[in-house]
Amino acid sequence: MNTRLDEIWVYLSASPLLGLTLTLLAYQGAVYVNKRCHGHPLANPVLLAVATLVGLLWLTDTPYGTYFDGAQFVHFLLGPATVALAIPLYAQIDRLKRLAMPLLGALLVGSLTAALSAVAIGGVLGASKATLLSLAPKSVTTPIAMGIAERIGGLPSLTAVLVITTGVIGAIGARYVYRALHIEDDSVRGFALGIAAHGIGTARAFQESEQMGAFAALAMGLNGLTTALLLPVLIPWLLG
Amino acid sequence: MIGAITLLLVFQLIGEIIARTLALPIPGPVIGMALLFAALVARGGPSPELRGTAQGLLQHLSLLFVPAGTGVMLHFQRMSDEWLALAVSLLGSTLITIAVTALTLGFLARRRDQRSDAP
Repeated sequence: MNTRLDEIWVYLSASPLLGLTLTLLAYQGAVYVNKRCHGHPLANPVLLAVATLVGLLWLTDTPYGTYFDGAQFVHFLLGPATVALAIPLYAQIDRLKRLAMPLLGALLVGSLTAALSAVAIGGVLGASKATLLSLAPKSVTTPIAMGIAERIGGLPSLTAVLVITTGVIGAIGARYVYRALHIEDDSVRGFALGIAAHGIGTARAFQESEQMGAFAALAMGLNGLTTALLLPVLIPWLLG
Repeated sequence: MIGAITLLLVFQLIGEIIARTLALPIPGPVIGMALLFAALVARGGPSPELRGTAQGLLQHLSLLFVPAGTGVMLHFQRMSDEWLALAVSLLGSTLITIAVTALTLGFLARRRDQRSDAP
């Protein structure tokens, strides 16, 4: 009996099916809990699903690489999903034209604040140089952030984790910032969330309204471009 | 749906080729997004099929971050060594960025409205 179970486990742990199925199951469970909590930002689906999977992998002593062999099929969809952001963006084209100059100003200020404040706070609290370099692109969407980290000498896989943590913090925290500052315009709320918290903030923004989501998507794309252009120039100058 | 997915992948592929040929620091999918946006402007909007597929994909955007997020387990050591700096930096910087960006955009939008209202 036990040998049978062992054989099944050997098969499953070597096939991509398990990692892929577990990712989808963990996500479905996370979405269910999020609905039961009436979409409360603290019950963030990414956070819940990641916590479930890390727990499972840790309990079964499964290496991340084995899990990722299956989960990479989900990960791959980040590319086409990024391209697909052009569609909600197009739906906001009239508003975009009207707000072009204010949006560019806010983009520049927000992009610099996101990178410099992270490096400054981390530096003051004594983070190592590799950690600081991995922190700098933390507000940029995962694939871009990993590319930037590699370019400036950070650790791309650490950056991926910091990026996702940033996204979860932004998705959870934004409503409290907006409430404290009395910010009610959905285009402003979406844009600021997209700058600070990329795709996870954008996913959260789409839960609130189509307009907020579209502005978050725009901000995410623009911040990706801006940070990718600015950081490789700024960072060597800052951290020498 | 297959047609729409093909279209998205073609734009991603073109973006990828442009990024690598010109050695741009910008990832391929973002260039693909910009190109698709330009194509939509030129064409006057997406087809219903493309709109539906994009909606389906973006509705579950959160799911797509789960595999990379699970990579947190590779970095428990460094994160427990530097947890204070990391936690304060991520929390502080993210909330500051949201506040600063929202206030800047609100200020610039109001200033522009006042200008365009002026006679």
